[in-house]
Amino acid sequence: MELVEWIRQPWEWYVAGPMISVVMFLLLYFGKEFGVSGNLRTMCSIVGAGKVNEFFRFDWKGQVWNLVFVLGGLIGGYIAKTYLTASEAVGISEATIEQLKLLGIENPGATYLPASIFSWESLATPKYALMLVVGGALVGFGTRYAGGCTSGHAISGLSNLQWPSMVAVVGFFIGGLLMTHFILPYLLTV
Amino acid sequence: MKFMKFLMTGILFGIVLSKSEVISWYRIYEMFNFQSFHMFGIIGSAVVLGAIITQSIKKFDLKSIVGESIQFNPKVKSFWRYLLGGTFFGLGWAMTGACPGPMFVLVGHGASVFLLVITSAMFGTFLYGVLRKYLPH
Repeated sequence: MELVEWIRQPWEWYVAGPMISVVMFLLLYFGKEFGVSGNLRTMCSIVGAGKVNEFFRFDWKGQVWNLVFVLGGLIGGYIAKTYLTASEAVGISEATIEQLKLLGIENPGATYLPASIFSWESLATPKYALMLVVGGALVGFGTRYAGGCTSGHAISGLSNLQWPSMVAVVGFFIGGLLMTHFILPYLLTV
Repeated sequence: MKFMKFLMTGILFGIVLSKSEVISWYRIYEMFNFQSFHMFGIIGSAVVLGAIITQSIKKFDLKSIVGESIQFNPKVKSFWRYLLGGTFFGLGWAMTGACPGPMFVLVGHGASVFLLVITSAMFGTFLYGVLRKYLPH
């Protein structure tokens, strides 16, 4: 039982990082490459985007394994939340907590997500609806334009010492810093 | 049954991203404020060990489960698509606190509103498909 208690605590970076490499290795061993964002294109194809645009006309059946992989990710999230989590609190730094309080977020880090932003009810608030809808669209547009997301570029690409992935990761940070420092402070306080 | 191994690997992936709080909007916000080593440690250690694994696979010509050499597809040489596309991605990543993997994990974690974020992400991907001939690559 001690093992279960240990697993139920938050995992440190030096546990999580190597385990992500293990996931990458397992997929390579299974003859595939680690990358999640391709699924968004696959799902577009499945719902018929190929009828309007040739970019979505490809044999997506070869990508079903990756959809199964993210379905596993979803189940893993459920298992972690239901059986393996002692506390919902996120161990963010004091500095982050103070800063978010100033931006009007209540109890920062008390749960995984700021409930005011990430719930169905928040859709009634235009700025939060914007964050969910436009934010999601930016992720989908950007990741396909850049040819990969955090798993494909930051993990797989950098592990394979690919310069394009380094450029993409620099882009990820340019965008992330712009959003965090110039857009979010304004958006959260208007 | 051939998909079972991908399902199990995905479950491991989902548990790791949940337990390490990578799926938390707060962790991404904190990362872009450089207020903790946590996210940098995760990505950094995953890349360092990943690079060792990748180089070992190449050096020792490790075979996959079906006995073939493991192949890596080199990324297409280009600059602007990675920088501009990456920047758009980063804007969305910091806004939603989620990249494509965590979006799915979060749904399982109970944040069903991420189904909407995934739908938006599909729309964004569709928009790229429509606009790509006009975009610098």
